[in-house]
Amino acid sequence: MSNEFWAELSGVKKRFGKTLALDGLDLQVRPGELFSVLGPNGAGKSTAISLLLGLLRPDAGAACLFGLSPLLVQPRRQVGVMMQEATLAPELRVREHVALVASYYPQPFTPAEAMELTNISSLASRPYGKLSAGQKRQVQFTMAVCGRPKLLFLDEPSVGLDVRARETMWTTLRQLVRNGSSIVLTTHYLEEAESLSNRVAVLNKGRLIASGTVNEIRALVVRKHITCSTVLAAEQIATWPDVESVTRDQQRLQISTSNTEAVVRRLLAADSNLQELEVRRAGLAEAFTELTQEAA
Amino acid sequence: MMNATSFENPNSFESPKPFVTPKSFHNFDESPLSAVMSTGRLLRAYLTEAKFESLRMFRVLGFSLPFLVLPAALYLLFGVVLFGDAVRNDPAAGKFLFTAFSVFGVMGPGMFGFGATVATEREQGLLTLKRALPAPPGSYLLAKLLMTMLFALIVMATMIPAALLLGHLPLTFAQCARVTAVNILGSLPFCAIGLFIGTRASGKASIAFVNLIYVPMMHISGLFYPLPKFLRTISPVWPTYHLQQLVFAALGAPFYGRTAVHLAVLAGVTLVLTALSIRRLARVG
Repeated sequence: MSNEFWAELSGVKKRFGKTLALDGLDLQVRPGELFSVLGPNGAGKSTAISLLLGLLRPDAGAACLFGLSPLLVQPRRQVGVMMQEATLAPELRVREHVALVASYYPQPFTPAEAMELTNISSLASRPYGKLSAGQKRQVQFTMAVCGRPKLLFLDEPSVGLDVRARETMWTTLRQLVRNGSSIVLTTHYLEEAESLSNRVAVLNKGRLIASGTVNEIRALVVRKHITCSTVLAAEQIATWPDVESVTRDQQRLQISTSNTEAVVRRLLAADSNLQELEVRRAGLAEAFTELTQEAA
Repeated sequence: MMNATSFENPNSFESPKPFVTPKSFHNFDESPLSAVMSTGRLLRAYLTEAKFESLRMFRVLGFSLPFLVLPAALYLLFGVVLFGDAVRNDPAAGKFLFTAFSVFGVMGPGMFGFGATVATEREQGLLTLKRALPAPPGSYLLAKLLMTMLFALIVMATMIPAALLLGHLPLTFAQCARVTAVNILGSLPFCAIGLFIGTRASGKASIAFVNLIYVPMMHISGLFYPLPKFLRTISPVWPTYHLQQLVFAALGAPFYGRTAVHLAVLAGVTLVLTALSIRRLARVG
C-alpha cells in the first residue's frame, strides 16, 4: 500500500449473499483533491465508502486509510464523516452534538469555531429535534468538519438544503480543499460533482468504468451539440454525414454530432445568414448517462 | 490529474455574500503525529460521551421522572404512609421495604436505558456513524453504563434520606455507603440484560421484550412480598433475588445463601450477556 494515497481500495471484492456488490474495485484518494464517486443506485458507491471507513471488511483485496487499516481508530482520527441515514439524539442541542464529535479528535475546532465555519452559529442553542431537515444536514456537516479532518467523506451532503445553505457548504468545501484537505463526495446531483470535483470516478455494477477529471470524463463522450438560427430545414441537415440527430426548438436548430468542425463548416457554407451559432460539449450528466448505459 | 480549472468552474454558484473564513480555519496541523490523542484528551472524550448521554436521558422526562422519582416516592408511600406504624415496631420489615424499592430503583435505568435506546439507535444508524467516527473504543457503551450508575446514585441519594428522616430506619454511615455501592454495582447485570435485548430486538419490540422480563422479575423474585413455596424455589433464577440478598447483607439484615454465590451469579450474568452483545454488535452492528 502506498502512502501517496490517503485512502485506497485495491482489488476489493465484496459480496452480500448472491449479490456481488464490488467486483475487484481499485480506488485512490489523493491529498488535496475533491473526489466524486458517481454511479447509479446499486453501483457499489456506499459499499466502497463503508469499506474505506472500516464499517465493512473486504472479502478479497484491501482497504487502506492513511496507510493503515480503516478498522483502527487512529487513521479515522483524521477523517470526518457525514452519512445519509443517521438520526441524532433530538434532546441534545446543536452545540452539544458538535462538542461531542469534536471530543473524538486530537486537535478539533471549538464548537463555536466549527459552527461559525459552516454558518450555523444561530442554531447553537436549538435542540436538534426541533430543526428542519435542511438544518439537520447543516449540523451533520458541521460535525463532519469540526475535528479538522484531513479527509472528509460526504454522502449526499446537500440533500434537503436550500440554495443559500448549499452555497455555504460548497464554499466551505472549496476552502477545505484549498487548505489541503481531501473530500470524497457521493452525490446524485451531477451538477454538484461537476462544479466541485477535481476528479470523478464512475462506478457501475461494482466496477470502476471511468475515472479522471471532469473534463476528461466529459471528453469520453465525443458527441457535441450545435445550436443555431437558420433557414435550412431540419430534415435536410439530418441527412448530412456525422449528424446524429436534429431537433427544432422554436426558431433554433439543435444538432448533435461527433464531427463538429465539418458540420459547422457545411452549415456556414449552406446558409450565409446563419446566426446565434453555439457549440457545446456534453455535460457530466450526459457523459454519466452514456457511460453507465454502455456498461449496462 | 489535479485540475484547477474544473475546480474553479465558472458555472459554479458563487455566494452573493463574501464568505468570511475564521482564522482558525487555517490552523490545520500537518504533522504526522496529529492523529495521536493525548491520554488527557482520550479521557475527556470518554467523559464527554458520558456527560451528554446522561444529559440527554435527564431531558427525556418520560425516562428520568419515573426512574428518579418513583423509587423514593413508592418507598415513602408504602414504608411511611401506609405501613409506617408496622415498620416502626419491626426494623426487619423496614429494611425489607427499603431493599425492595432500592433494587427496583436500579433495575429500570439499566434495562430501559440500554434495551430501548441501543435498539433504536442501532436502527437509526447512530451506531454506524459512531463506528465510522473516531469515537474511542467502547465509549458508546461506557457512556450508557455511567449514565445508569449516575441514575442509581441519585436513586440512593433520595432513598437514604427518606429512610433516615421519615422511614425510621436506623442505618449507620457504613451501611449507607455499603448499600449505595452494592446497588450502583448491582445495576450492571440489568444493563447487560438491556444491552442483550437492545442488540437483538428492533426499536419498537425492544420495549416489549424489556417489559416481558422486567415485570416478572420484579414480582416473582420475592422482591416486594414473600412468595409461595413453589415460586420461592425458582426465585434464584432472577438477578433481582441475588441483588436483594446482597442488599440485605449490606444492611446487616438476615439473608439467604452465600454472598460469594450471589456475587458470582450477578457477575456471570453481566459478563456473559455483555460478551454476547458485544460480539453481536461487532458482527451485525
